[in-house]
Amino acid sequence: MQLDAKIPGGPIEQKWDKYRFDLKLVNPANKRKFNVIVVGTGLAGGSAAATMAELGYNVKNFCIQDSPRRAHSIAAQGGINAAKNYQNDGDSIYRLFYDTVKGGDFRAREANVYRLAQVSNNIIDQCAAQGVPFAREYGGTLANRSFGGAQVSRTFYARGQTGQQLLLGAYSALSRQIGAGKVEMFERREMLDVVIIDGKARGIVTRNLITGEVEKHAADAVVLATGGYGNVFFLSTNAMASNVTAAFRAYKKGAFFANPCYTQIHPTCIPVHGDYQSKLTLMSESLRNDGRVWVPKKPGDKRAPDQIPESDREYYLENKYPSFGNLVPRDVASRNAKEQCDAGKGVGDTELAVYLDFADAIKRDGRDVIEKKYGNLFQMYNKITADDPYKTPMMIYPAVHYTMGGLWVDYNLMSTVPGLFVLGEANFSDHGANRLGASALMQGLADGYFVAPYTIGGYIAGETLNPVTTDHPAFKESIQAVNEKTEKLLSINGKKTVDDFHKELGKVLWDHCGMARNNNGLDKAKGMIQNIRAEFWKNVTVPGSQGEFNQSLERAGRVADFLEFAEVMVTDARARQESCGGHFNEEFQTDENEALRDDENFCHAAAWEYTGDDKEPNFHKEPLTFEHVKLTQRSYK
Amino acid sequence: MSKTINLTLKVWRQKGPDVKGKLETYQADGISTDMSFLEMIDVINEKLTRDGKDPIAFDHDCREGICGMCGCVVNGRAHGPEKGTTLCQLHMRHFSNGDTVVIEPWRSRAFKVIKDLVVDRSAFDKVIQAGGYVSVNTGGAPDANAIPIPQVIAETAMDAAACIGCGACVASCPNASAMLFVSAKVSQLSLLPQGKPEAAKRALAMVRKMDEMGFGNCTNEAECEAECPKEISISHIARMNREFLKAGLFSSEK
Repeated sequence: MQLDAKIPGGPIEQKWDKYRFDLKLVNPANKRKFNVIVVGTGLAGGSAAATMAELGYNVKNFCIQDSPRRAHSIAAQGGINAAKNYQNDGDSIYRLFYDTVKGGDFRAREANVYRLAQVSNNIIDQCAAQGVPFAREYGGTLANRSFGGAQVSRTFYARGQTGQQLLLGAYSALSRQIGAGKVEMFERREMLDVVIIDGKARGIVTRNLITGEVEKHAADAVVLATGGYGNVFFLSTNAMASNVTAAFRAYKKGAFFANPCYTQIHPTCIPVHGDYQSKLTLMSESLRNDGRVWVPKKPGDKRAPDQIPESDREYYLENKYPSFGNLVPRDVASRNAKEQCDAGKGVGDTELAVYLDFADAIKRDGRDVIEKKYGNLFQMYNKITADDPYKTPMMIYPAVHYTMGGLWVDYNLMSTVPGLFVLGEANFSDHGANRLGASALMQGLADGYFVAPYTIGGYIAGETLNPVTTDHPAFKESIQAVNEKTEKLLSINGKKTVDDFHKELGKVLWDHCGMARNNNGLDKAKGMIQNIRAEFWKNVTVPGSQGEFNQSLERAGRVADFLEFAEVMVTDARARQESCGGHFNEEFQTDENEALRDDENFCHAAAWEYTGDDKEPNFHKEPLTFEHVKLTQRSYK
Repeated sequence: MSKTINLTLKVWRQKGPDVKGKLETYQADGISTDMSFLEMIDVINEKLTRDGKDPIAFDHDCREGICGMCGCVVNGRAHGPEKGTTLCQLHMRHFSNGDTVVIEPWRSRAFKVIKDLVVDRSAFDKVIQAGGYVSVNTGGAPDANAIPIPQVIAETAMDAAACIGCGACVASCPNASAMLFVSAKVSQLSLLPQGKPEAAKRALAMVRKMDEMGFGNCTNEAECEAECPKEISISHIARMNREFLKAGLFSSEK
């Protein structure tokens, strides 16, 4: 089946305007008759719930944390892109569009990306109006910094905690609607199923994480804004509770999963230091504005960094990519770090690290200036490693950070299940095979504030939605399936913990479906995942019971889904016989070890359809056409 | 350099909100000093699970010190002994071999214990819902550079906005007052031009809600400032008091 992305006709600059005009409207007085469920309260979910409520819909909003203010968007550090051109350095909507399509290695949908660049400017205006304390120049205007993959300065920021401030902005808008009674907020709830009635998404089933009670909610449309699946690797920069469960259960109900093999390995994270480690910590890409990446020229050079003279250092990014230097896109920076370490030039105890050095920047600008820009990041680094980056270079290594893959959506951000919309990192839409820095915040807020509220309205106005209550038998069936799975997990009483299995799975994926993949490794990984999964269902131990606050049970459910999802991921990686962006198959590379695309055969989004447990998923494709950005080998030299 | 230490933990265990809790003793041996405090609890929990016992329930998520989900009282101090540090960013190198470590939940009338170290902080959300926002709908914003904001004002607002809503201020206050949390939001928005039109209404509504939720009063103990992992200054409490007084005396808001 060829997927229809429903991209509107007309010139790219006018598509979104024209489409908004063509969308049917819901009469303001009628909006209160419609119920919308939003799962997730991050940038995408929180902004969508608030905006839909402002428009007049009745919104139910769900989150797994104890408060909507804690969604993982909060941890984004560096900034948010917008095509404001406040710096007068030649930026424009077209340039942001161009950079994003190129940065994504030509595997994103042009029309979506153009719309994203268009609304980027509205986002900055909206957030400033909410009282987000963006960094400012002395004259009081907004400040910008540079990020990877761009030669203009278009990133807006609030110290090293931009995600926090933007999320608290969305949270404040959401709180206002909760206070006004337009949003009913459900904290500490985990979505365990989407309920489909007459082929449309009409509700969800959740578990109350305090009481264990399984609850049901009906609605006219369901929005998933449940984030990415990076935690499938066990170690990632994601928050501990980030998971694929909501998206995966939707997949099992008919929503296609697109490009799951596109994972972003972020180049600047604090290296792994022990097997007890629970997660990895990111050091913002913005550090590459001022930090210089280097390794010793000679493999095995064990001298302390300050004992290595300039002549014995290799600034490999600056040497190899003179025009972008340290600010090459993330996939390129990560692969090069791996290449240096593979060549024996890695530093630190594990030799799986490279230096990120601020000595020159401190000499040039003074410690004060550097402290103002990155103070909280330097402090965080110092807390974790006990090293002082003002005095000695940071040690960094790539880590799983973001997932470009996600549930397939059309131009309306609607999945293959009518009435089921997917926003933010949970969908696959805008970043292609590699996301540029400071674009995740932009996409989350674009989807939630400025896209979905229109397209969901268009769906509601254009469909006949028969009244549905939670008494419908579909809810009962769904609850029964959820309960059976829970009872099974609790009854195994095996010898290994949930984390044991999760760590095993993570290692298989990191080794065979991580920064570099090859066909042999992927074939092997598939069998290994199946074995881990089989053992999990025989030998896992989950203490406690269903009817109580039970964090082990929560984790068990999520890892069970990861164990199934991982296989779809590997299947997708194996099927894509090319390299592009975050998907680097060693068998497809240029003479200079860059990703080698095969546009003839793989210029498409791969969307996978669930066909049953332990069955191969069906493959569907959405061909991608590039009318504005010419398909070329990416070059950052 | 990393080494390992042995600790004795005394951890608050409580089955539920209406059940009596007590301190249980656990031995934590071979703890790497490079571990974070929460990774140390992970290690204990893995062991408890293998032994067929109920692991210790505790809230945590980002483990980067920004989501505000984690937090316990460690040896009588909120988030433990390190200044300006959340529990997830506290590392075991700050403890010595043989130490006894007492771990308890936040204690406050407004934060009920859910289980073990997990408490209900929804009262914070209720206070924000009462007025911790600028009333602007999506789509109605002017160009972001239309209203210049002096850098020093933006920076002071950012100092206040850095609050992560963890509740350490309440847990460390002898009166279980939420003044630091509430004032951080009142202060941020009253400093910025975008927040000024509603400043009086906001101060009155948020203070009223704070009282209603059962938080105590401020008696200038300054314990909150000392324990705040984001080092929010009590000068924001002074600003909130001014906003509150101004609103009561000079505005028509009720």
